[in-house]
Amino acid sequence: MTRTHLGMPGFPAVPPFPAFPLAAHEAVGDPVLRANLRHATHTIRDKRARAVAELADWDALRTAGKEIKDHTLRHLDRYLLELEASVTAAGGTVHWAADAAEANRIVTELVLATGEREVVKVKSMATQEIGLNEALEAAGIAAYETDLAELIVQLGHDRPSHILVPAIHRNRAEIRDIFASEMGSWGRPAPDDLGDDPRELAEAARLHLREKFLRAKVAVSGANFMVAETGTLVVLESEGNGRMCLTLPETLISVVGIEKVIPSFRDLEVFLQTLPRSSTAERMNPYTTMWTGLGPSQGADGDGPAAFHLVLLDNGRTDTLADEVGRQALRCIRCSACLNVCPVYERAGGHAYGSVYPGPIGAILSPQLRGTGSEIDASLPYASTLCGACYEVCPVAIDIPEVLVHLRERVAQGGPVTRDGIRVRIRPAHGHAAERAAMRAARLLLDRPGALRAGERLLSRARRLRPRRLPGPGRAWTDSRELPELPAQPFRDWWAARERGRDHEQDGGRQS
Amino acid sequence: MSSKDRILARIRRAVPEPGPGSAPEPAISRDYLPVHGTRAPAETVDLLAANLTEYRAKVHRVDEGGLAMLLMRLLAERGARTVLVPPGLPPYWLSAADPTRIHDRAASTARELEGVDSVVTGCALAIAETGTIVLDGGPDQGRRRITLIPDHHICVVRVPGQVVDSVPQALPRLDPSRPLTWISGPSATSDIELDRVEGVHGPRTLEVVLLGAQ
Repeated sequence: MTRTHLGMPGFPAVPPFPAFPLAAHEAVGDPVLRANLRHATHTIRDKRARAVAELADWDALRTAGKEIKDHTLRHLDRYLLELEASVTAAGGTVHWAADAAEANRIVTELVLATGEREVVKVKSMATQEIGLNEALEAAGIAAYETDLAELIVQLGHDRPSHILVPAIHRNRAEIRDIFASEMGSWGRPAPDDLGDDPRELAEAARLHLREKFLRAKVAVSGANFMVAETGTLVVLESEGNGRMCLTLPETLISVVGIEKVIPSFRDLEVFLQTLPRSSTAERMNPYTTMWTGLGPSQGADGDGPAAFHLVLLDNGRTDTLADEVGRQALRCIRCSACLNVCPVYERAGGHAYGSVYPGPIGAILSPQLRGTGSEIDASLPYASTLCGACYEVCPVAIDIPEVLVHLRERVAQGGPVTRDGIRVRIRPAHGHAAERAAMRAARLLLDRPGALRAGERLLSRARRLRPRRLPGPGRAWTDSRELPELPAQPFRDWWAARERGRDHEQDGGRQS
Repeated sequence: MSSKDRILARIRRAVPEPGPGSAPEPAISRDYLPVHGTRAPAETVDLLAANLTEYRAKVHRVDEGGLAMLLMRLLAERGARTVLVPPGLPPYWLSAADPTRIHDRAASTARELEGVDSVVTGCALAIAETGTIVLDGGPDQGRRRITLIPDHHICVVRVPGQVVDSVPQALPRLDPSRPLTWISGPSATSDIELDRVEGVHGPRTLEVVLLGAQ
């Protein structure tokens, strides 16, 4: 394996995701996880409400954000071509990747061409989505996450569980233990007397990562926005790890979903107001970096990388665009406000969603980007109570409940969808075929009262033999629910007897 | 077919251009506010100071005559022995300061810069409503890395001239072809139990000097 060549530990293989109900079932049984999540989500949702209340024109900003994104999506071809021209004119190189495999191949080849075997990374959902770290490792390239939370996740051989705060499920004691046991095998070890104060932990991360920043020659990032008009890329962050990666290395490779383009530099005035307040509940995040190709100096004065590559990623986005109801998910600016208000997320945690996009947005984005073919993707549209809180807080007004219901219909009934650019008709998901068969059987029975009555009486007499779990296709239903108690007599018998009794009572009353 | 052509073709199939006779596309509604509230210039500067302070930047006010002494004092309090100087920093700013000047040269490596104690810069502008200073690599600000690697950054903002109220007022004054760095308080993280901790990778101490008639 590559790890022996590199003389450093490789990134551990992570097991595949189970379906949502199974993962959620385990997660809600973990009291530490639930306490960590509850603390974190409640802290941030209260702060966010205050930050939003500061702006009297929040609704107008929200509407503008929605309209800018919708307009861009309607003319996505035009804006992507304009972006390509602007970035190229500013000294950058643009690559187009139809899917994850192509994006990974492009990035791997770009890194190998530099002669380097390690890269530093800015937290990026797009590179997680395509499994870039794993692809680079397979090519003998070590990818170091430099966001503190991503570092915690990576050192903990774990998966991120939140868009904004990937290690939200870990408390300070757990983080201390991860740093103490793992940092040494990756680089500078944690100090021997490391405590669990957040300040101490941040300092340990600072020292551990700084040596990587100072020697890194290649960086990989995503972007929050790409401005078509000017070719400007924008990254919002807090720690300065983004600035380190975007400024110090010689080569910068940014992998960005095609939906991140916005038409004009002016449009940033909307999103730079709504994104920080929605995500970290701050008026503005500590650091925002904007760069345009290689800049006016074309990289020659050492301010920023001497080579810039932009990889434009489709990977299911054009398929999502083809769905008129579902395409609004592409408006998402990854603020994570919907996660923090979601009652389901708060209890189940991000891992249960089985994708890099957890929470309500993940429940509509993942099944569209990946299709509903797998068990986890077919289950995601059901990972919600449809309470609507996610829609209320969304700074680009994505009607998540509407898309959830739309996707449930698709899972249950099948219908026309676009996969890999081709219009196809999908069949109902497997479990739902059984449900419909059960409904057909019920109709048959309900149309024949005699048969129904006989069956009901038989069931009542056999009630002590009631199993805890249903066999066959009904098993999935009882995996997460108790089978109801069977009454001593069928309802219709009970009702008939009750009516007879009332008649008798009334007769008796008249007699006395 | 190249991936570019494939992606563009998929987009055009997904969202066909509207045919002739279809309803004109609605304009984007921009009825949000260009600025939140009304303030006199001095109040805008006060708001900038308040918002910077809330995000744990240290704010100082001084007039032209007192600037050199203030910068000397801030560097001395920090115990700085070396200070990074952008090429176009007005020389009188540091005329009283003791630390050895380290000039921002393209050839200096990140490792060399790491040994420097402090950096003093100007800025392109500052935004009061968000408590943000914006650097654009101008001569009095230097390259992006010099305000990133040292642990102590002193930024001088000319008030009220360089201060705008809001984000919508800031963008038209900036040149997107320049590398832009927006800084709102010192480096911070909330990744551990959402407890805010200042200083992870960027400067852990940010001092903002509001320079103007007092």
